[in-house]
Order: sequence, then structure tokens, then C-alpha cells
Amino acid sequence: MQRTALYTRHLESGAKMVDFAGWEMPIHYGSQLQEHHQVRNDAGMFDVSHMVILDLEGAGSKAFLQYLLANNVDKLKDSGKALYSCMLTPEGTVIDDLIVYFITDTQWRIVVNAGTREKDIAWMQQQIASFDATLTERDDLSMIAVQGPNARAKVLGIMPADEVAIVEPLKTFYGAFVNDWFIARTGYTGEDGFEMMFPNGQAEKVWDALLAADIKPIGLGARDTLRLEAGMNLYGTDMDETTSPLTSGLGWTIAWQPEERNFIGRSALEALKAAGIKQKFVGLVLEGKGVLRGHMKVVCNGGEGETTSGTFSPTLGVAIALARVPASCGDTCEVDIRGKFHPAKVVKPSFVRNGKSVL
Amino acid sequence: MSSNIPSDLKYTKSHEWVRDNGDGTVTVGITDHAQELLGDLVHIELPEPGAEYGAEDGCAVAESVKAASDIYAPVPGMIVEVNEAVQDSPELINSDPYGDGWMFVMRVDDEDALGELLDAEAYAAEAEE
Repeated sequence: MQRTALYTRHLESGAKMVDFAGWEMPIHYGSQLQEHHQVRNDAGMFDVSHMVILDLEGAGSKAFLQYLLANNVDKLKDSGKALYSCMLTPEGTVIDDLIVYFITDTQWRIVVNAGTREKDIAWMQQQIASFDATLTERDDLSMIAVQGPNARAKVLGIMPADEVAIVEPLKTFYGAFVNDWFIARTGYTGEDGFEMMFPNGQAEKVWDALLAADIKPIGLGARDTLRLEAGMNLYGTDMDETTSPLTSGLGWTIAWQPEERNFIGRSALEALKAAGIKQKFVGLVLEGKGVLRGHMKVVCNGGEGETTSGTFSPTLGVAIALARVPASCGDTCEVDIRGKFHPAKVVKPSFVRNGKSVL
Repeated sequence: MSSNIPSDLKYTKSHEWVRDNGDGTVTVGITDHAQELLGDLVHIELPEPGAEYGAEDGCAVAESVKAASDIYAPVPGMIVEVNEAVQDSPELINSDPYGDGWMFVMRVDDEDALGELLDAEAYAAEAEE
């Protein structure tokens, strides 16, 4: 099992460690619920060093990304701007979702999921062969996400003035290099904050400084309930190599224009669209008591579907889920929870933003 | 893990605790070790008073943010009382598993079945595994 540079710090903070994609990671530090509320109400930090940071360089980098990704990096005009995209199979199913940061036309940073590390890198290396570009794994870097309404203020409060001058003006979904660090105003919780990448050797010092700024450690358990409330997909449960982005709530990430841009999976997606998309991706809110989980049967007008992930929403106090259902599904459905059908409302797949219900 | 295992209670391998009330009934809940494993509890399904269960029949469900776990009848018998407070406040099971976090009371059909339950020492050995 692999460990991040912060392994000892997790134990010191009382973490319960679990196996996550071959990494020994903190699931919580005592109470997942308290950690969830900590991020919604104040600020918390996540060690996400298990995620895979890749640097792309070379004259052919942009052309490579325009071929590799379903979203179009040509949208990125300002240095530091980030783009969320799927990487598809030729059959138009999802290999992984990722974030790509535009630095210059010949320099990009990409962050992919830990659980798909091997296949992602193999696929990218296979596709890059015909482009003048090289991909480098940055295992020398750690990553901490600081999230919550007070996250920015607390982080900026412990930065030297010359760094504040660079980081404070960052708009949402922008990042910047600050000496040997990369700091981006991105995250996976539906709250404001930063994702910070820096050399492994500095990880413990950074962690200690953030702790001293009263930023509490948050485990992967709360990370999951936070992202689900925010309606953000999780690879491997909400979408994978058997599903299309068009039936995973990710249609908005596909850049159809310009029509002449040939990206991997495009023709398959066009064929699926032409044939008519028979499923849609929705949010569910359970009407009564109980807890929704991933892969429960959903029955509604037009047939059956399935939850792709579900949980008890600590912010809303009810069970919520993401689900793939027949396109004709109306405003209500029933979910099979251990053999009993429970009524649920069908909503847009987003529940909480910036601490507030969006239902 | 340094979980609390009171010596005056009996236990099952499936992490229920059993208190002999001395009047032909037992009170049942889940152990400190079980609530630690489950994490924050958010939803409890309790049996109906009057329902009959055999030993090791699933009769309640404890759901945490992480997972759902079946709770089994430790001995054969009939449910005579349930703790509605844990339905409204599942966190009682996390904060006080052997006290306010009790789940139900059963009238025991066969008192000999109590002798088959684990004592604290045997349960501690089970929980270690």
C-alpha cells in the first residue's frame, strides 16, 4: 500500500486509515459528519496527494489535448485557466474525468484520478506518440485542497505578501505558479477554496501551518458527501467505461463546436445523439426517512433506472442520490431500498452550493 | 482501537450487546466497537413491538453515512419495546452505545439461549480480529 508524504500527520490527527485505490488514506478523523459541516461552515483541508499530477510540454501539446479530450482546450485563453473534461474511448464511453490547467500553448498541467492512474497514463502515452509533446508524472508533488467559506481568507492570511499578490486575485477556476508551488481556485466540494500543489518535502510544514491557521483535517468520507451534495460526479460509480457522458450528466463538457475538431469518441457520441438518448442523469431526494446508496433500483414513468451514488446529506438532513433514469421519467419516482419502495423527488443533479440548498 | 466493553453485558459475534434485565427480558444495542466501525449513524430502522424473531434473525438496521448494517436478534423472542429516541437522534448510538443508544427490549423465549452469548472477554477477542 502506498502512503502520501502526510501519512504520519494523519495518524497524529487521529485518522482512521483505509485502502483507497491502493493508497492508505484517511476516511475520517473522528466524525465524518462534523468534518462535512466544518467545510460547509468554515474551512477544512484534504490530503489529495494520491491524485495524479501530469505535466504536458511541447509544441504539439494543444493539438494533442484537442484530440484526446471531449472538451476543447481552445476555450482556454488566459494563462492559469482550468477546464474540466472527460477522456473518452473510441466508443464514446468515459476512461476518466480530469482537470487541465492552461499555462502556455506548450505547457499544461493535468490532474487525473488515483484509481485510474495506470490505464490513464497508458492511454495518454499511446495517443501522444504521433504528437510533438511529452507527458511527465509529477510524483514529486503533494496536493492539499483547502475548502470552505473561510478557506481563502485563512490561506491568504498565512502567505507572504508577494504570494498574496499573485493568489488573491485568482478568479474561480484559475490557477497560478507561485515559485515552486501551483495554487488553483478549484475544488470538489461546492465551496470556495484552493487546491495547492508543492514539493513532497514541504508537505508536513504546509500541513502544520494550515492546522495552526485553524483549518481542520477532513477525510475522504466527507469529501464524498460534499461532492455528492454539490452534484459533482465521481468516476467509477457515476460514470465509467460502460457509460456515455451524455447519460452521465456530462453533456455540458462535450465541445461539439467547431465541427471539424476530431476528438476521440466524437463519432460514437454523434451516433448516439442521432439515435436519440434514452436516459437522463438526475438528482433524487428521498421523501421519507432512510438512506440512498449507489446502485439501487429506481422505478418511474417509462421504466427502470439506477442510482449511481447516494448518501445521507448532512447539510439537508435527507437522503440524496445521483441516478440514471429513463428520459421520460417525471418529477417523482420510487427507489428500492432493501426490497421496499420509497418515494423520491426527481430534481436537477445539484443539491448544495456555497453552503446553501439549491433545491 | 480502545473500545469500551462493559463486563456486566453479554455479546454476539455480530456486535450486539445484551443486558439481562432479570425479568425474562433483555435490552439490546450495538457495541462501542460496532459504532466505531460504522461511523456517524444517520438512520435507524427498529422492529415493531410484538414481532417475533429467532436467534440471528435480522430485525433492525443501522445506517451510517458510510454503510447500512443489519442488527440481529441475539436470542429468540418477542419485541416488547423499542427506543424511539434513536430514530429521531441516531447519534445517541455513537455517543452512548450502552446507555441512551439502546435499540430494543425482547421477551426471551428460551432463557438457555442467554448462556450461549459471549462474555466481555470472549467478545473482546472477537472484536480484535
